[in-house]
Formats: sequence, C-alpha cells, structure tokens
Amino acid sequence: MQFTINGRLQTVDCDVRTSLLDLLRDHLGLTGTKKGCDQGACGACTVLVDGERINSCLALAVQYQTRSVITIEGIGSARDLHPLQQAFIECDGLQCGYCTPGQICSALGLAGEIKRGVPSACTADLRAGEIEFNSDEIRERLSGNLCRCGAYNGIVQAVQKTFAPTLERAP
Amino acid sequence: MNEFSYERATDPAAAIRLFSKCNGRNPRYLAGGTNLVDLMREDIEQPGTIIDVSGISQAIQRREDGAILLGAGAKNTAVASHRDIRERFPMLTQAIVNGASAQIRNMATVGGNLMQRTRCYYFYDSAARCNKRVRGSGCDALDGFNRIHAILGTSAHCIATHPSDMCVALAALDAIVHIEGPSGPRRLKLTDLHRLPGDTPDVETELAPGELITAVEIPPLPPATRSVYRKVRDRASYAFALVSVAAAVQLNESGDSILAARLALGGVAHRPWRASVAEGVLQGAPATEERFRQAAEAELQLAVGRAHNAFKIDLAKRVVVDTLKELTRRPGDEP
Repeated sequence: MQFTINGRLQTVDCDVRTSLLDLLRDHLGLTGTKKGCDQGACGACTVLVDGERINSCLALAVQYQTRSVITIEGIGSARDLHPLQQAFIECDGLQCGYCTPGQICSALGLAGEIKRGVPSACTADLRAGEIEFNSDEIRERLSGNLCRCGAYNGIVQAVQKTFAPTLERAP
Repeated sequence: MNEFSYERATDPAAAIRLFSKCNGRNPRYLAGGTNLVDLMREDIEQPGTIIDVSGISQAIQRREDGAILLGAGAKNTAVASHRDIRERFPMLTQAIVNGASAQIRNMATVGGNLMQRTRCYYFYDSAARCNKRVRGSGCDALDGFNRIHAILGTSAHCIATHPSDMCVALAALDAIVHIEGPSGPRRLKLTDLHRLPGDTPDVETELAPGELITAVEIPPLPPATRSVYRKVRDRASYAFALVSVAAAVQLNESGDSILAARLALGGVAHRPWRASVAEGVLQGAPATEERFRQAAEAELQLAVGRAHNAFKIDLAKRVVVDTLKELTRRPGDEP
C-alpha cells in the first residue's frame, strides 16, 4: 500500500487489518502519535488527514492511501517547534505529555474548523457564518482529547494564545 | 480482528454487485469506520469481506422543491456545517454537533450513523449474554447495570438503545431513507428503518441483505417552524444521550396556540422514538406548560424503568416540557 505521510510518499507492505495508528507507529516508526484507548474515546491518536483531524485508531489504513496524513512529526521538531508547541510549554499545557501530540494535532484541526465556520455544540448563532473564538468553544471542541494529568487550563490557554491573533474577530 | 478481504466500490451498483458476489463470506459495507472498525477489533463483527463505500454519494444537494438530499457518504461535519441545514433545520446541526467528538464527526457518515449499533456494555462484552450477539442466549442488561438502557418499546429479550443523535433529529424531520439493493431501489421513512427488539433484537433494521443506504431526504418544514435539539448526558460534552429531545413547533400568528408539533426522543428506545402520542396531544392545543406536561405524560405512559434507568422516565418528561417551553417562548416571557 502507498501512503503520503508528512509529505513523503511511502510504500508499506502490511495486512489489510492494520489501523492507520499501527501503520504509523509499528510500520513507519512514527511513534509521536500515541495509542491510548484504541477505541476512539481518548484522542491520543489524533492526526490530520487533508487538514482535518481524525482518530487514527478507528481508521483502517487501507482507506487512507490517497490522502495526505500529517502527524506530530510533520508539525514541528525539537529544534524547530511549531508556535502551538511552544505555547504548550509556556502555558504548562502538559505534565506527562502522553496526550500532547494528539492535543496539538486536534487543536490545529480546531483552528481550521473555526476558520471554515464549522459550528460546535456551544455555537449560539448557527446562522452566523463566523464562529466566536473563546475558551468555551475551545473546551467544547477539544472534548475528544482527554488529559489524565488534568492540564486542561494550560491547554486551553495555549490554544487561545496561539490562534487568537488570526481567529478573533475585530471588535 | 478476523481476516477479511477488502474491496472498494465506486458507485452503489458496484457495491451491491460485490455484496452479492461475496454473500457467503459475511460481507459488510464500510464507510467512516468509527463503529464497525471498533466492533471488528472486539470480534463482535467478523466480516469476511469489507466493501468500502466511503467514496460514494458524498454530496449534499438542495432540490427544487426545497428538500435536502444528504448523500449517505456525506461526513457529519459537512452536514452540520451546511448553510441550508444550519438555517432551515438547525436541530439537525445541533444534534450532530452534540454527538461524538470533532475527530469522529470528521470521519463518520450519514449512512453509517443510521447503521451504527448499540453501545450497550453487554453487547460489547463477549463474556456476557446478549441476544443481539447470539440469538436466544439471554440478556445480562435486564438485571445488570442498565443506567443507559431503554424505557420505551423494550422486550424481555433486549433493552438496548440506538445511540444516534442525528437520527433523532431526522426522525422528527420526517426524513426519508433512499435505498438501493439487489431487488432495486426503494424508499423508507426513517422512523420505519429501525426495528423494536421484540424476540429478534439481532435484526436491527428493515434492510434486506445487500441493501445499501444511498441518501437521506429531508422534506422542507412548514413556514415559521422553530426547531431545537436538547441533549442530557452524564458529561458536558462527548457522551451518549441519557435522554434527548428533537422538537419542531409551528405556532399560530399570536404565538399562543400550536398548529403542529413534531417530537422525537433519543436515548430511550431501540430506535429513534417518534413521540406521536405527545404530538397528538399538542396538535391545535394552547401552548401552555400544563398542556406540554400532559403531552409528555401521555407519551411516557407505557415507559418501563429498571433498577438503574427508571430516572429516565421523569427526566424525559421534564426535558420534553422544558424544550417545548423554550420553543414557544414569546418575547417578554419569563425564562
């Protein structure tokens, strides 16, 4: 099977039962993406596919051959952190760090969704094309990513700090 | 996970042909995978052939008569974000964005949402007895932890619920399911798609083997109809409904009388529960809290609670009353 992972075309010989998560971790050595519950409940395995966040544990890899997959390895490196990664450090958005790659990918997906006007459960005005960028929206939209250390306040702060300049509407 | 062969279908006819060809190998249609892949990993579903239909019918179209046609392959996020849905059927957007997580909504499809299976713990636990998994084996939910289970339309064989939020809104919207299959195309009201458990809870829908949902049609609502979806759950976000209500109300000009009401309940039955008894009580009635309560009482009259879910009966009544109050509130009314 052929995949495009972090912009690189990769050919992998794997069983059709392989999940996208296991493909990344076990076949391509991209262990930044984490396995938490392996049933779509915790969000640790979140990656971006064509810019949209998904749970890679619930995805059969075979279905994603023609899509562009971005993992945490494609977002930043230790030497060249993404601004959101830097904000997580500055805002104490983590303790153990296990959920962090998923949180980062999820938050990048979140920013794209708000930009595109995708509503959430706490969007009051569904008719308005624009979404208000505030901490309630961030909390609701990140509810698919659990953090057992409870670093939520720092996570929300980091996301707000990073994307407020581009997503907050002028008063 | 058992071994299976994988086929990709490019249109409904090809999918149905593949299904017929593999009929002896327990084939399954696969779309977003958020439910089926999980069930396969638990060995609850053991298909010999997977027919990938995720690329089929992704469009969302507005027909000339004002109806909306949701392609079965349209993603939850696309449906919830669609301008026509947000403006004309806001309860459908609300139902979708109150279901699952953003990640799952980016994967899950319309057809898959209709076909998803119950989240009953005993269905998922192969060490437990479950009439859905093994017909005639018994039901451990009846006397087990049944906080999340059904109170309406149950049987002595199964008290599982249908977990969908989207389907509850679609039930209230009189949605029509478009189906193609080995014996040709047909249409079914969404409220007729899912079955009550009876003594065959393993047979969950009216679909015949090989039949594929291709679209869901939403007819236009009467003018000046207000609609809303209200969900009550154990967490503030990302949890299945204990009770949910989809309601659409059309009031008279002065706003004190109900011309027509549509109500559907989620989290309470083996299928999205269209509350037609309550609708009958509300039709032509004054828009008063007293009448809302009568409607809720009438709908829940036959509800049966068990050790851990009896609270749902009162909860459902209260959510119905409160949702109707919200929908019929006039400017200046006390909230």
